Amino acid sequence: MADTKEMKKALFGPVVDSNPIALHVLGICSALAITTKLETALVMSLALTVVCAFSNLFISLIRNQIPSSVRIIVQMTIIASLVIVVDQVLKAYSYEISKQLSVFVGLIITNCIVMGRAEAYAMKSPPFMSFLDGIGNGLGYSFILIVIGIVKELFGFGTLLGYTILPLVQNGGWYTGNGLLILPFSSFILIGLMIWAIRVARPEQVEPKE
Amino acid sequence: MSAKKETLGKTVGVVVAVCFVCSIVVSSAAVGLRSLQQENAALDKKSNVLSAAGLLDEATDKSDIAAMYDALVVEKFVDLSSGEYVDKPSEDFDMYKAAKTDEFGVEVGKSNVGFKQRSSIAMVYHIKDESGDVSRIILPVHGSGLWDLMYGFLALDSDGQTIRELIYYQHKETPGLGAEILNPAWQQKWDGKRLFKDGEVAITVRKNVGNDNPYAVDGLSGATLTSNGVENTLVYWAGPNGFGTYLKNQSWKS
Repeated sequence: MADTKEMKKALFGPVVDSNPIALHVLGICSALAITTKLETALVMSLALTVVCAFSNLFISLIRNQIPSSVRIIVQMTIIASLVIVVDQVLKAYSYEISKQLSVFVGLIITNCIVMGRAEAYAMKSPPFMSFLDGIGNGLGYSFILIVIGIVKELFGFGTLLGYTILPLVQNGGWYTGNGLLILPFSSFILIGLMIWAIRVARPEQVEPKE
Repeated sequence: MSAKKETLGKTVGVVVAVCFVCSIVVSSAAVGLRSLQQENAALDKKSNVLSAAGLLDEATDKSDIAAMYDALVVEKFVDLSSGEYVDKPSEDFDMYKAAKTDEFGVEVGKSNVGFKQRSSIAMVYHIKDESGDVSRIILPVHGSGLWDLMYGFLALDSDGQTIRELIYYQHKETPGLGAEILNPAWQQKWDGKRLFKDGEVAITVRKNVGNDNPYAVDGLSGATLTSNGVENTLVYWAGPNGFGTYLKNQSWKS
């Protein structure tokens, strides 16, 4: 049985030490697209964490039954089903946000973090630890998304979660919104800066020069 | 990894079992949540109509919106070529879906509005005031912006030519530039503008026009193509191919 230390490592390790975005550079596409507003970033983080945790759990539960020749397809089936359920729940209980997230919830299916954790961890580990690992990686993803969401919404729109922090010139205030930060590709730069910052703090993550 | 795991029978068995369980989960989620989702979609549309009617500020929660909609909004159907009211063509009539059918589709012809076919019958909304008279009419309008079609509601006074609101509810314009069509400051500029001058469509969206010109609205800075799209949309829908005949007839007064 896993001890507390191991559980902590599975849960909080992926936040900084082995962050799925910053270290493995997985799941970039959705991180670029839906971080323009903090609210969508939060909902997307939650959706991915739920999907990742439960797909790890279910895959781990049947890991000894999955024939290795079709394991990827079986993993995909489970992940896709979970994503559809999450999408349906969002449409039913949070219609406005599901409209904004549009295709990106569906694209969790192809999010490399979910597949990567299923293949690398859940196929070899007991269910409870896999579940924690899924939550941990979801938190790692959320951490990056939320930081970027805050930067982009605050300096791009002058708001946070829709509340005005820096009144925009268009609305009679003094702050000129940074147009670059509103566009998806600025996340590239921000994620790059975050990877830099994390690797300065944790030099062991730096890849050796070839 | 035991060798036994790899027999054909077991592989097929596991795959079938996984698919079976997953399909049950997915279909029960879809069926179980459908009514809530449809309610949400309907509510979303109602709140857009109320927002074009200038009434949304008074409604605070979901039940308010539905109640206010039922009390104040009347859905009507207009034959665009004659400008007369017609009966609702079918229970789930949707003018944007009908535009693509053989029964209702009409070629737009030469126009820069950005779509090829429109429905021959359009759904409009009457807003009643307390005494039951029509205080506003709300017309659905759509046309291309910079990236894609923009869908919105144009709210007119009961004189059929003074604009009250122009509310877009679906678009794909650039955030911060074209998407400023949703900015309340810009939406306010439409209040009181006039669609027609001497019976001709006169409304324009241009750069650097003052607020005192009743036929022109200041364009969005950095979003010339979106602004042009808005103008093209209004010119088409107020014109003879759009609601022009209906607006001249003013059938809502009788």
